[in-house]
Amino acid sequence: MITIVDYGMGNLRSVQKAFERIGAEAVIASDPREVATAERLVLPGVGAFRDAIAELRRKDLVGPVVDHLAAGKPFLGICLGLQLLFEVSDEGGQHEGLGVLRGRVERFPDRAGFKVPHMGWNRLNRSGNCPVFSDTPDDAYFYFVHSYHVVPDDEAVVAARTDYIIPFVSAVARDNLFAVQFHPEKSQRHGLALLKNFAELNTGVSAMS
Amino acid sequence: MLSRRLIPCLDVRDGLVVKGVRFRDHVVVGAIEELALRYRDEGADELVFYDITASPAGRTVDRDWIERVSRIIDIPFCVAGGIRSVVDARAVLNAGADKVSINSAAVRTPEFVREAAERFGSQCIVVNIDPRRVERSEAGGQRPEEGGGSSEGENWPEHLRVRPRTAPDWWLTRHAADASLTSHLSPLTSWDVHINGGRVPTGLDAVEWAKEMERLGAGEIVLTSMDADGTKDGYDLEIIRAVAEAVTIPVVASGGAGSPQHIYEALTAGQADAALAASIFHYGTHPVPEVKQYLEERGVVVRR
Repeated sequence: MITIVDYGMGNLRSVQKAFERIGAEAVIASDPREVATAERLVLPGVGAFRDAIAELRRKDLVGPVVDHLAAGKPFLGICLGLQLLFEVSDEGGQHEGLGVLRGRVERFPDRAGFKVPHMGWNRLNRSGNCPVFSDTPDDAYFYFVHSYHVVPDDEAVVAARTDYIIPFVSAVARDNLFAVQFHPEKSQRHGLALLKNFAELNTGVSAMS
Repeated sequence: MLSRRLIPCLDVRDGLVVKGVRFRDHVVVGAIEELALRYRDEGADELVFYDITASPAGRTVDRDWIERVSRIIDIPFCVAGGIRSVVDARAVLNAGADKVSINSAAVRTPEFVREAAERFGSQCIVVNIDPRRVERSEAGGQRPEEGGGSSEGENWPEHLRVRPRTAPDWWLTRHAADASLTSHLSPLTSWDVHINGGRVPTGLDAVEWAKEMERLGAGEIVLTSMDADGTKDGYDLEIIRAVAEAVTIPVVASGGAGSPQHIYEALTAGQADAALAASIFHYGTHPVPEVKQYLEERGVVVRR
């Protein structure tokens, strides 16, 4: 069972529909108790960092999300759901994130000929053997739309980089924590393959829930 | 490397996909879901659905089909047509659209663009601009002769109004290199933003207007040249390039595609980040895979 955290930021239905398409059951939850008992948690989100963290706090969801990660249960962050894991974001002033991963969220630097947001289909340069990418061909394209990117302090969490203005970090992984800057739910078959791998991840903790 | 996007545009009227010439004379080309699935399978990078009846009739786009499309499509799609308020935008996004496109309402209520961008994020706020050429004799604050009457933009500050332009640097460079490259382009052309499906001129300068929309938080600009739309004679490269150079957000070329070469030109000479087209895809004259192959052979990065 997949639990998608609903904290009022963006359209969660497309994430839910994508899981349904691969035959995984996914529920949308905004109740902290429901999030606290999730087996596999997905934190999606589009929009502004400041509003997102404020909504997570207001809805008492920070605790259950952080506890889920501390327990080592499977977690997938998407787009803003990746950025929120870090300590601080520069978007619209300085705003504190969940601080689960060390590092910051920065805006793309200005460069002539490059538009921001980074919007469209781009590829990954993967590092390590991240299980959610086990079916991903090297030349697979994923759909991105974002103006900020994460800068982890710890190189060991970097699962992929993508070239746009700079080689920015487009996926991170640590144990059962996975988070991606792109939108797997909007990336056709390669995105669905990633979601399927997450849904079927053999973790040893799923029996407990 | 970021690939250039190909975006089939589906004009929707009464739940069917239609196609018009110069914003008029629409004929039915097919069912929404059928075409959406076909384009998805052919490798379209994104889809735009434009409810062409919505804005003039003063009503909001019918949402049933948005839900249906979002259930079957796993690529991003944008909905345009009659989106005038944060309530409208939220309803369309909640129905499953990834982006909303704002056109007439941006001219009437620019604060709506700012509010929508703050509420939902710039990434899902597209501003569609419909420019029409105004040659120098017509410009300078005067309204173009056709259209007449209304002047939605007349209360705007002077710097946003249509005025004669001086030749831009890129034009001078190309002209100096080879005058035949620029003979069809007038450096003194301006473009007047039109609204209500192209029916109403505003007197707003399209390049300045695009910059203003970026300032208010738009995440992308779609430029649909009224002069080129439906002609299949090629995009208006001049306005596309002028806007692409003036803003730092992605620009989508729209209106006039009749061949893969036109799309190539929009993405290279026009410097567009994406190309939107309708008839060449609808009628199967140049399907998406053919256009992508054409682009790839000429060094344009596309998703395959």
